[in-house]
Amino acid sequence: MVHNPFKDAASGKTLSAAPTPSDYLKDSIFRSFAYFCALSIILLVAYIVFELGSQALPAIKAHGLGFITGTTWDTNKGEFGVLPEIWGTLYSSLLALLIGGVLGVAIAIFLTQGFVHAKIEVIFRTIIELLAAIPSVVYGLWGIYVLIPLLRPVALWLHENLGWFPLFSTELSGPGLAPAALVLAIMILPTVAAISADAFRRIPYKVKEAAYGMGATKWEVILKVMLPTASSGILAGLVLGFGRALGETMALAMLIGNMNDISISLFAPANTLASLLASTFPEAGQIEIQALMYASLVLLVITFIVNVAGLAVQQYTMRKFEGKK
Amino acid sequence: MNQTNEQVQVLPPRLELPGLEKNVFELRALKNFFLTGLVWGLAILASVPLISVIYMLIVEGGSRLDLEAVTALPPAGFETGGGFGNAILGTLTMVGIASALSIPIGIMAALYLSILNPNSKIATTSRFLAKVLTGFPSILAGVFVYAVIVITTGTYSAWAGGVALAVLMLPTVTLAAEEAMKQVPQKMKDAAFGMGCTRTQVIFKVVLPTALPGIMTGVILAVAGAAGESAPLLFTALFSNYYMSELAEPTASLSILIYNFSGMPFENQIELAWTASLVLVMLVLFFNIMARVVGRTKFRE
Repeated sequence: MVHNPFKDAASGKTLSAAPTPSDYLKDSIFRSFAYFCALSIILLVAYIVFELGSQALPAIKAHGLGFITGTTWDTNKGEFGVLPEIWGTLYSSLLALLIGGVLGVAIAIFLTQGFVHAKIEVIFRTIIELLAAIPSVVYGLWGIYVLIPLLRPVALWLHENLGWFPLFSTELSGPGLAPAALVLAIMILPTVAAISADAFRRIPYKVKEAAYGMGATKWEVILKVMLPTASSGILAGLVLGFGRALGETMALAMLIGNMNDISISLFAPANTLASLLASTFPEAGQIEIQALMYASLVLLVITFIVNVAGLAVQQYTMRKFEGKK
Repeated sequence: MNQTNEQVQVLPPRLELPGLEKNVFELRALKNFFLTGLVWGLAILASVPLISVIYMLIVEGGSRLDLEAVTALPPAGFETGGGFGNAILGTLTMVGIASALSIPIGIMAALYLSILNPNSKIATTSRFLAKVLTGFPSILAGVFVYAVIVITTGTYSAWAGGVALAVLMLPTVTLAAEEAMKQVPQKMKDAAFGMGCTRTQVIFKVVLPTALPGIMTGVILAVAGAAGESAPLLFTALFSNYYMSELAEPTASLSILIYNFSGMPFENQIELAWTASLVLVMLVLFFNIMARVVGRTKFRE
């Protein structure tokens, strides 16, 4: 008989063994459990949409589309409209996007285009990450006691001297759109900066080298080569930052003044969908809660559209660069 | 190309070359200098709020940070002293509930998304919805849980607050864990499969141990985020002026305490709001630093 070394190996002298039937059973149980967990995310989203929808149904039936174009929120009369809130949400988020977007992209350029030593870069990156880590209420508190007193004299001066300009047509009497939008800008800055920096890092090094090789200055390289190449990634960052701003609640509820007015002035108090929910929900009666459910459905739809758009742009960018690599 | 060649031939020999020396006063050099200054300025401007927030927290909040503040009950009206011990306990409890719910489900879902069946329809849909959920306004998690739990049970509770936080943590945990698991080299998994391992054995013996630091980082960051959340707790856990005795009653949390106290006309409450903010930020930063330390071990190995 020929000696077979493999038989010795398989006869209990080693630790390795084929999976036993119980291993296979565990395997299939474990895998189906994982399957249900993955499915649970889908079910959760479906359930959220269903639940908000069914809770809002009485209000949808009662107010119809007039809810979106109505401008009064009066519990006693049973009149509910969220146009001022939709306006406030979009206006404050756009202002925040303007400020936070410029700062975020500037920081992304600053961090990725070799302006600073690696050690200083780490410091700045940590600062940006910490900005994202600070809770929304803390920004709200800071806004009330630091930012508003600081902005007041500036706002007063602008109103007195440039009051004819629609943006400065009212006084800042305390909370208002300007402090809210500034805090919002600080809160979305890290999102924009992180996604834009990522977009810059995805650009192959060769592209930059080629531009420098042509004798371009650093900023000619950045503005004419790097920015256009990273533009879709930056766009994704801006759209996702905008989405974040739309849904931000606490800092706005503390700073925006919760007034149901539509005003173009930067210093007028306003309201947003999320802060309407935060400020009126806890004391609302049944009819008002149904209207608030409708309002939250509106907020859900707006943020859903913006986020899906942002993700689509991001996915497009990734595919574009991964295809080229 | 051809054109330039012809031009060179046609032009007279005394052609002046463009300046090849660097000239600092040239327009493009000045523009370069100006923009570099601008971007430095903007980067420093962006760090001003953080420095200001931290300064205020230390100066305003630090002055009241003592044993009384972290153990006593919130003061009412004109009372002096007091603290927010019940809010610290409430925050920790609800974050605990949220973690217990979302971390196991999130990691299991991530296993399915990254290893078991990455390209199936369920996985792609689930991954996409998780990404959408990360941009989901946190207050809507509160509205949803209010409709599902608070209306059904008839009371605000720590349970409801915990579930609302779990809804927010779940997508973050899932996506972070998936990202960490994707970093496990395919060769290692293939080697294990080649030995005849079942998929579950590969997961427990190869994937999870290798991806652990990355998963932990993601999980801890999600916990830090949940600890600072307040919007989902507003009308799920509500608030309470007393220490919690059970999970099915309104529960205090640090963030709601800050929100409530920030608008009060009393000096004492406002001071306590700053102190509570300091404690909350320290809690969040503690988790953040922990996540970094855990994440760094990954690169040393």
